[in-house]
Amino acid sequence: MGGVQRALAELEPGARGSVSEVVGGEVPAVARRLADLGFVPGAVVEVVRRAPLRDPVVYRVKDYEVCLRRAQAACVYVVEGQP
Amino acid sequence: MSAGCHDTGVGAGADLVQVPRVALVGSPNAGKTSVFNGLTGLRARTGNYPGVTVSRFVGSCRVGGQRYVVEDLPGLYGLEPVSPDERITVDVLDGRLEGVPRPDAVLIVVDATTLRRSLGCVAQVLGRGLPACVVVTFTDELARRQGRLDVEALGQALGVPVVAVVGHRGYGVSELRELMGGWRAWTAPALAPPTDPAERDAWVESVLAFADYRAPERHRVTRRVDDVLLHPVWGTLVFFAVMVLFFQTVFTLAAPLQDGVESLFARLAELVAERVGPAWLAGLLGDALIGGVGGVLVFVPQIVLLFLLLALLEGVGYMARAAFVMDRVMARFGLEGRAFVALLSSFACAVPGIMATRTLPSARDRLATMMAAPLMTCSARLPVYVLLIGLLVEPSRKVGPFGAQGLVMFGLYLLGAVSALLAAWVFKRIGDRRGQPVPFYMELPPYRLPAPRAVLVAMWSSARAFLRKCSTVIVGTAVVLWLLLNLPLQSTAHLRAAGVDTGDPVAVSAYSVDHSYAAGLGRAVAPVFEPLGFDWRVNIGVLSAQGARETFVATLGQVAAAEDPEDPARALREMTYSDGPRAGEPVFTAPTVAALLVYFVYALQCMATVAVLRRETGTWRWPVIAFSYLTALAWVMAWLARTVTVLAGG
Repeated sequence: MGGVQRALAELEPGARGSVSEVVGGEVPAVARRLADLGFVPGAVVEVVRRAPLRDPVVYRVKDYEVCLRRAQAACVYVVEGQP
Repeated sequence: MSAGCHDTGVGAGADLVQVPRVALVGSPNAGKTSVFNGLTGLRARTGNYPGVTVSRFVGSCRVGGQRYVVEDLPGLYGLEPVSPDERITVDVLDGRLEGVPRPDAVLIVVDATTLRRSLGCVAQVLGRGLPACVVVTFTDELARRQGRLDVEALGQALGVPVVAVVGHRGYGVSELRELMGGWRAWTAPALAPPTDPAERDAWVESVLAFADYRAPERHRVTRRVDDVLLHPVWGTLVFFAVMVLFFQTVFTLAAPLQDGVESLFARLAELVAERVGPAWLAGLLGDALIGGVGGVLVFVPQIVLLFLLLALLEGVGYMARAAFVMDRVMARFGLEGRAFVALLSSFACAVPGIMATRTLPSARDRLATMMAAPLMTCSARLPVYVLLIGLLVEPSRKVGPFGAQGLVMFGLYLLGAVSALLAAWVFKRIGDRRGQPVPFYMELPPYRLPAPRAVLVAMWSSARAFLRKCSTVIVGTAVVLWLLLNLPLQSTAHLRAAGVDTGDPVAVSAYSVDHSYAAGLGRAVAPVFEPLGFDWRVNIGVLSAQGARETFVATLGQVAAAEDPEDPARALREMTYSDGPRAGEPVFTAPTVAALLVYFVYALQCMATVAVLRRETGTWRWPVIAFSYLTALAWVMAWLARTVTVLAGG
């Protein structure tokens, strides 16, 4: 518990963490949409796999799989660890 | 509000004055469409929301004696819209969209396997205060993957009616209809769900706990298949293999069926020639209708097969993976992975391709993809290419192990695809100068065996658009063209005066065609196409192909019919300019054929595409822009192709 906060985009496939913060950058709609997709503080996220060209990346959150591009995954901060 | 309605629920006397409107809301993969089809039985009207690029699906269903209007609203993940489609859904729910009445009740469709995420959206919709019922789909899959859900308890926790429906099996649809009949008596939540995201999250967890929810196990098959299909090396190989197989299947499997259609129409034409009395009627039926329509219907097996494969790949879940694999490549051109799927469909026909852009959440991506889709080599170009390549390259010529004809064909496909991507890039750049970008996200649903019915329905709705084009645009063009080519009628006296041997039908026919209204039209536009090397007969072909590209083949066939209707290619090869500075020289030289081929790569010669652009964008602006830019581009590129070929000594 209590690891370092990192952007989801920096995590390797197989890594898990719980969302600590979602920032929208210049576009507030991005943070809202990420929340609607299940990226809310406390949610457990697992990096499932990267696309053959390394972007986008499939994440597992709230029991389903969704892929995000690096730009969106950079808006989600997680604390790594096995909750 | 309920004036004229004396009893609530399923009244025996149909209330025709006020038809209740029920709207379906839910996320894009929740199974909304199959619930909608289950309720309305495929009798949906499709249209557009006023003034926007968002398609609208409305159907009706009857419960007891009461008719209901059912509307399938665009999918969404939350009520704070990030795309125009989502804005429509929110505006309709709030009764803020002009011309679209606020629904009387909503059916919130949720996928049981993604309930933990979906309930957030349910909470937001319930907060709007409309009478609501929750429709839980994919409960069969939830059970198969060791998940659990007490549907009744979910209803108690939410405070609204809940019904499980497995749309593609028809399970639960009758319960849903019964429930709809009593919509006025639906319970409402005692307390509106919380609006604060953190509180809402806690609310979702408490609802799930009350409903004894257990999330499904990960889909093992999906994971294993994805280990291969999305592997950096194997995934890429499989991707290319699927694409190659895709085209191989279409061309090889369809060939025998196409031969069947061809011989059927040849037989019909023979019958007409034998049985129909007046020569003009036989000509109209045989050359114009049977020749024109038959020449196009030959491609029906191929197109139906192409649509079937697309529907299968989509239904299984591979299209989402293809979009995932190609996203990075498409990002280079300012687009996203789903645009790749739309462009891939455009290889069959731009009409379903343009319709497939509905899956793109970003309006700007949608427009850019729509502007590019007509450049993908659709199957209507194929007969034109086959004819023209036959005039350009000997069948026996080889380049290395490959046939030269096949290479030219491949080159044309490549030219179309690269041009489409560049066009999309330009349009996206223009569009990006204003407004916010839409974030990219895409669900990767587990692999599913699609219900055969769903695949067939998807295939048929695409094929129907093509068949409609055949029966309207192409028949119309063929008849008008036949009239233009055969009028005015030349009197025997006039023919004699012109020095034509009236005993020789070929000479009479050649003279009539050369002095027809069509010839006049072809010569009138000659200054435009003269730099490209087209003579009046080619001009007529190009003009007639304006409605539908395939018509070009039928037209040149009709023009050459005087010499040899069965083998227009041979007649064409020997065709010479009948007048002008090049009189006597052969028409189909390498530079002219190259210019023609390139013209067909770029020009938007398809009324069906123009119509679908109008329908999908809701304005004439975009079809006009597409038509103008593509026609201008076609002329310039054709001129370049001609010039280059001449310089290369062709």
